[in-house]
Amino acid sequence: MSAHSTAHDFKANASRAIADTQLTGNLKAVRQNFIDKRAKAVKGLPEFEALRESGKEIKDHTLAHLDLYLEYYAQKVEESGGHVHFAADAEEARKIALDICRKVGAKTVTKGKSMITEEVGLNAYLEANGVTPVETDLGEYIIQLRGETPSHIIAPAVHLNKHQIEGDFRRVHTHLDPARDLNEKVSLLTEARGVLRDRFLVADVGITGANFLVAETGTSIIVTNEGNGDLTQILPKVHIVMTSIEKMVPTLEDASQILRLLARSATGQEMSVYTTLSTGPRRMGDLDGPEEYHVILLDNGRSAMLGGEFQDMLRCIRCAACMNHCPVYHQIGGHAYGWIYPGPMGSVLSPSLIGVDEAGHLPNASTFCGRCEAVCPMKIPLPKMMRHWREREFERNLNPALQRWGLGFWAFFAKRPRLYALANRLAIKAMALIGRKKGSFKGLPGLGAWTKYRDFAVPEGETFQAKWKKARAGR
Amino acid sequence: MSESRATMLASIRRSLGVKGDERIRKAMVEDRLERAPKGVIPDRAQLDAAGKLALMLEKLEAAQASVARLASYADVPGAIAQYLRDNNLPASIRRGEDSRLDGLPWAETALEVSKGPSAGHDLSAVSHADLGVAETGTLVLASGADNPTTLNFLPDYHIVVLSAADVAGDLESLWPKLRRKHGKGAMPRTVNLITGPSRSGDIEQTILLGAHGPRSLHVLVVEG
Ligand code: SF4
Repeated sequence: MSAHSTAHDFKANASRAIADTQLTGNLKAVRQNFIDKRAKAVKGLPEFEALRESGKEIKDHTLAHLDLYLEYYAQKVEESGGHVHFAADAEEARKIALDICRKVGAKTVTKGKSMITEEVGLNAYLEANGVTPVETDLGEYIIQLRGETPSHIIAPAVHLNKHQIEGDFRRVHTHLDPARDLNEKVSLLTEARGVLRDRFLVADVGITGANFLVAETGTSIIVTNEGNGDLTQILPKVHIVMTSIEKMVPTLEDASQILRLLARSATGQEMSVYTTLSTGPRRMGDLDGPEEYHVILLDNGRSAMLGGEFQDMLRCIRCAACMNHCPVYHQIGGHAYGWIYPGPMGSVLSPSLIGVDEAGHLPNASTFCGRCEAVCPMKIPLPKMMRHWREREFERNLNPALQRWGLGFWAFFAKRPRLYALANRLAIKAMALIGRKKGSFKGLPGLGAWTKYRDFAVPEGETFQAKWKKARAGR
Repeated sequence: MSESRATMLASIRRSLGVKGDERIRKAMVEDRLERAPKGVIPDRAQLDAAGKLALMLEKLEAAQASVARLASYADVPGAIAQYLRDNNLPASIRRGEDSRLDGLPWAETALEVSKGPSAGHDLSAVSHADLGVAETGTLVLASGADNPTTLNFLPDYHIVVLSAADVAGDLESLWPKLRRKHGKGAMPRTVNLITGPSRSGDIEQTILLGAHGPRSLHVLVVEG
């Protein structure tokens, strides 16, 4: 199971958020800061539009060949002395991470900012198993102190003001002078720097995410402004990268193209302060850096999105421009979405990853104003995909009981691909034989709602998958 | 091979409607990895050497790094001593084994120079950048005994020496240089692309310098 979700309660969550005047006040920062900065950065680079096209092309190509790039990447990581672990779901990813920690007897783990570790609920799991995770990104650190989840994918504590943060620091940092002055924002930053510096130096394992994986060299790339991700990965004996399969790009050149889009779209910088390329463990003769390097590659529903109507979502580089420009996000903030991915990208991605039952309401959180798609550096058609989800949800609700029964039936086979293919082939052949004379069916068992108003076309004796394969092979 | 590796690859192939052994797909992947096409390169960085240097200096300042221009390597120790004095810092500095910093007139200054990585007790360190990227004012540092990565992050004041001859125009032109140095498909453990001093915007979206990494980044550009 992935991290806990309250996305099914979206309507209640959203009404509560709108009524929270402190929250809506704090959220003004999103509108005021991110939008102008991005606009300025984009205006400053005449090639921005061409780069968007280039970024899209790179990701489309990579996704269409993802199996091959993953194999190549894994081989390169091993060649450089690192280890690659494939994790089909959240539970497996957590277990692999814990295993690595246990092998080195880790007590504390420092963490760079990583949405994937949020997705799999890593912190709670490590804690339950006697390993203390310490978030080191300032925003992540603040929300960890509060026991919250991030409300924004690049600014996790954007829903808080400095007085709230001061309250948390006073509550937790009890070893410091209670009379200290924390009125200035910079004194809050300095205090966190001091507290976390000590944690960095004693951590046994460092866990980061990755913004990119480079197949050519077996490299993982992180992008940060604070430098916390770097201290996380160079000081402990072990560096674990927990990331997901769609972060892949073929070459360093490809990563460079998308890096130009990322910082500008996210924070309006031309380049983030630290872009760090990590390849394997420390080399012979190196005087610092980790002795072990592990990459945990998470699937958790992503491979099933390939080849379908939601594949485009896998181009997402988590820049947050879509939520920064979303009038719904501006009103309700990130927590109301109920799971870790908020805003337009979350409304599209969450139902794919945790199911329509849980997150089916999220695609309704849209005014279809189209701003998200207009600013998305990877040209992801977010409104169109939200419409897809709505249509699916609508169809589902037409006949919930039957649909659910049908889905369960389908799921049984889908998990058994050979059986599925076989059953489909048999059923389709049978239908083709029976229906051949009439050209269509007036009624089919299990499809009453469909055949009540229309005829079911007779299959041509071949499954979609078989056709798809043929069409592909012909390219 | 782990079970999940096989499951995930099979699931990807099922979704894409491929088997994984199609010759044309393999050829496309190999070709891309081999050629590493450059893509869209911004015009702004297509300049002559003087233009690149000027852009590099402009962008360093935009990223809130401070800069001193030096006529030759012999001026490096003096410039470091000067910078530490200006910032009321003790006259001691940590450095790696980089031979480009050997044989300089360190003895002509009062600097106490120590060598090795940082364990967190050094206030100031000096590293040598391999390259600069004018497009964004980015410094490129590679890990190794020459320039240990901890020096880039633990000290409060990071001084970086950059030879003007090593300033490239755009980000993409770094990679052929790295490939020539380390071999195609091979990399040092860590390559840091550094653009200005550490900062955070996590408190009410106000940008504050000195989050976890250096509070100040000072670049000595050697032009001779
Ligand atoms: S969907 Fe587009 S705009 Fe939103 S986070 Fe992903 S890449 Fe950025």
